[in-house]
Amino acid sequence: MSEVSLVVNGRKVSGAVEDRTLLVHFLRENLGLTGTHVGCDTSQCGACVVHVDGKAMKSCTMLAVQASGSTITTIEGLANGADLHPVQAAFKEHHGLQCGFCTPGMIMTATDMIRRHPEGLDEIAVRAELEGNICRCTGYHNIVKAILAASKTMSKASKSKAKKAA
Amino acid sequence: MGIEGIGARVARKEDKRFITGAGRYVDDMVVPGMKHAAFVRSPHAHADIKKIDVKKAEAMPGVIGVLTGRQIKADGIGNLICGWMIHSKDGSPMKMGAWSPLAVDRVRYVGDAVVVVVADTKGQARDAAEAVEITYKERKSVADAVEALGKGAPQLHPEAEGNLIFDWGIGDEAATDAALKSAAHVTRLNIVNNRLVPNAMEPRAALGHYDKAEDHYTCWTTSQNPHVARLVMSAFYNVAPENKLRVIAPDVGGGFGSKIYIYPEEIVCLWASKRTGVPVKWVADRTESFLTDAHGRDHHTTVEMGFDKNNKIVGLKVDTIANLGAYMSLFSSATPTYLYATLLSGQYNIPAIYGNVRTVYTNTAPVDAYRGAGRPEATFVLERTMEIAARELGVSPAELRRTNFITSFPHQTPVIMCYDAGDYGASLDAAMKQADYAGFAKRKAAAAKKGKLRGIGMSCYIEACGIAPSAAVGSLGAGVGLWESAEVRVNAVGTIEVLTGSHSHGQGHETTFAQLVNSRFGVPLDSVSIVHGDTDKVQMGMGTYGSRSGAVGMSAIVKALDKVEAKAKKIAAHLLEADEGDIVIENGQLKVAGTDKNVPWFQMALAAYTAHNLPQGMEPGLKETAFYDPSNFTFPAGCYICEVEIDPETGKTDIVQFVAADDFGNIINPMIVEGQVHGGIAQGVGQALLEGAVYDASGQLLTASYMDYTMPRADDLPSFQISTSNTPCPGNPLGIKGCGEAGAIGSPPAVINAITDALGHENLTMPATPGKVWAALRAGAKH
Repeated sequence: MSEVSLVVNGRKVSGAVEDRTLLVHFLRENLGLTGTHVGCDTSQCGACVVHVDGKAMKSCTMLAVQASGSTITTIEGLANGADLHPVQAAFKEHHGLQCGFCTPGMIMTATDMIRRHPEGLDEIAVRAELEGNICRCTGYHNIVKAILAASKTMSKASKSKAKKAA
Repeated sequence: MGIEGIGARVARKEDKRFITGAGRYVDDMVVPGMKHAAFVRSPHAHADIKKIDVKKAEAMPGVIGVLTGRQIKADGIGNLICGWMIHSKDGSPMKMGAWSPLAVDRVRYVGDAVVVVVADTKGQARDAAEAVEITYKERKSVADAVEALGKGAPQLHPEAEGNLIFDWGIGDEAATDAALKSAAHVTRLNIVNNRLVPNAMEPRAALGHYDKAEDHYTCWTTSQNPHVARLVMSAFYNVAPENKLRVIAPDVGGGFGSKIYIYPEEIVCLWASKRTGVPVKWVADRTESFLTDAHGRDHHTTVEMGFDKNNKIVGLKVDTIANLGAYMSLFSSATPTYLYATLLSGQYNIPAIYGNVRTVYTNTAPVDAYRGAGRPEATFVLERTMEIAARELGVSPAELRRTNFITSFPHQTPVIMCYDAGDYGASLDAAMKQADYAGFAKRKAAAAKKGKLRGIGMSCYIEACGIAPSAAVGSLGAGVGLWESAEVRVNAVGTIEVLTGSHSHGQGHETTFAQLVNSRFGVPLDSVSIVHGDTDKVQMGMGTYGSRSGAVGMSAIVKALDKVEAKAKKIAAHLLEADEGDIVIENGQLKVAGTDKNVPWFQMALAAYTAHNLPQGMEPGLKETAFYDPSNFTFPAGCYICEVEIDPETGKTDIVQFVAADDFGNIINPMIVEGQVHGGIAQGVGQALLEGAVYDASGQLLTASYMDYTMPRADDLPSFQISTSNTPCPGNPLGIKGCGEAGAIGSPPAVINAITDALGHENLTMPATPGKVWAALRAGAKH
């Protein structure tokens, strides 16, 4: 058993885990954060993507002990109180989800993707960047649309923020 | 159309919980005292179980119980069954072999469940499962259906001699033979419809909880039809009588058919909960899903289609061998028969059809309905044949189809179905226009200049949805009726709950069903809740599959709403001292037509519950129930066009455009319908280009993970161009046909027709991987 201690969605948490415990299982079973899903056992599907120190990571690919000391954001911590994150809002508006199982991982991946591409995204880039996330319901059509729309919204918001600051 | 009513593009009510991580799937459920199950599964395709030694496993940390097939038999749990009786041509009933939830003496496929271990944690259960020692004596195995029918093939079940389950026929063989003999041209073809794994993103899961004090069971399960699960587990598997078994299918992460069936694991979890005295949860890992979820397709077919000198089809003869795997899954017999051969007329006027289907046991996972279920196989047979026939006859594929389209309705085909409405020419025209079919030659020449091969292919599909009139399916062998139920509860403050037997696992019922209520009563969507997926809350219902929730499920809601409306009008008329026939419902008010006298909806509802002033003799309350049994199937149809560009150096196929023109009848929410089409096309393109379940000669599944089975990813697919036309379905009150499966049905032949157009020959099987296309390019035409 090992002690882990980390910050999850802004809250300090700690616990004793078996050494073999994956981060995703720690989040789901120890912390009850069941929004992060397990869709495969080969790190292929991306349903378990969370942000570790600000970067998108498959939480099934990391041991809980490896994540000790990190700051984690899960799908439950993405919205700002009652206000949806722009990526969440775009998924709803553009029907980027059906059964909802891959959705948390898709949204966490998309959020990181948009952050890494402040210059903006096009369809080819979004499709290439989604390589690590599988969806069986949507054919990706509306997921791509939602991410492109969110990217635009967020770039507008950051520009107007920068303008205000200037 | 109001802003929230029928036809409006309303964002989904259910999305909030999914986008914030608050969805509740079976694996998210925690019951006090809950423990975890792991299954020990057969590593062999076919073997006798000689000995099971559980001692070491029982001594492992955290282990609560290690249970075997002999124990489940001793406790009286029944075998799994197929619920649709098919008779062979000689009149004999299908030959169903025994399928025990835990194998007793013999295992018949890799993944067959043998032992279950219950332990404190999932990790401990898996560790102990590895410590169970089973001695097997291997038998010869067979994974291929054609080989399984051959002489000397290993026998799977004593009941099914030669592994043949049934040899079934439909249509008039003599008339078809005569038509083919007289034909001016006959197109002949061998077709393999590749075996697929449905791969809902949420793996199957079950949580069984036996309450000793109440002698009552609760089962949370990943089901598309919880009531059917309860019925079957009660009536056939002896788990518990229906009143002592509650089945809950909460949020379910996709189904595509694979979650219709009742599998061994949910039965075992319920039984193990009673045996061990603790709630027992099992969640499949992805490899278990690959090994044990019911697979789809896997047909070998020969087809002959005859044409007269005017290119009119005179006859069609189809001979199919369908692999049903090691055991007969719940509806496995219906998929390659009544969901397949009854659609062999396609969109065409064919005077004579004969279909022969033999189903076969093999040492592979059970095969059952997967999105489209029989109809993709029928469409692939017909639409490959039509395209090839056009090429052989030297006519355009569009014109050959147009020459043979059914144009007047109702149309009785020679294979049971009676098409009620459609306009196939309209879909074909719309698709060709959208795809700029006429400009293809130019695009092909431009691609050739870049060293690329361009091809274009089409597919005109029809399907039978909204399954189905109970009496009709009963006469064809179904063990159940396929009606649907609904209950509409108007609360005292006017808000509304709709309880439905349909089950949403991605289809958006919480939104579309509420849109229907909004259209009828003007109650805002936010004041309408849809309740589903719990046998304790919802009366008996039949669930969601076969694109039936709109056509059948919503029709049941319409019937219940009709009854609510009638009573509401009576109450309003009484309150307004008006004639009942003069009351109209508008903008959330019950009005006396042509006057300003009205009573708001909520006041009428309150009056129903205070019951201070109701018409003489009227019962208080406002709640109505309805059961709806359709009078016919519905017949969505459409035309899909695919254009591909192939890199001859690598064999890689890029879909450069994909056009879908569908006729789904009336549409409740276009946004949701488009989403269904997108997803269906992705699965169809997956079948055509990427996906295939492969067993090796020893019956090992080589494609048992996402590293090996190619799921379509975002960069494998284009954005789709889709449109709809509308010939309303005359058979149900909303004029709905259903849209859930069309994409998966119509797309595979369009893709393969496009690739073979580019190749210049037909020598290609699905999935058309780069390796196969590259080899096909070099091999050239070899018939």
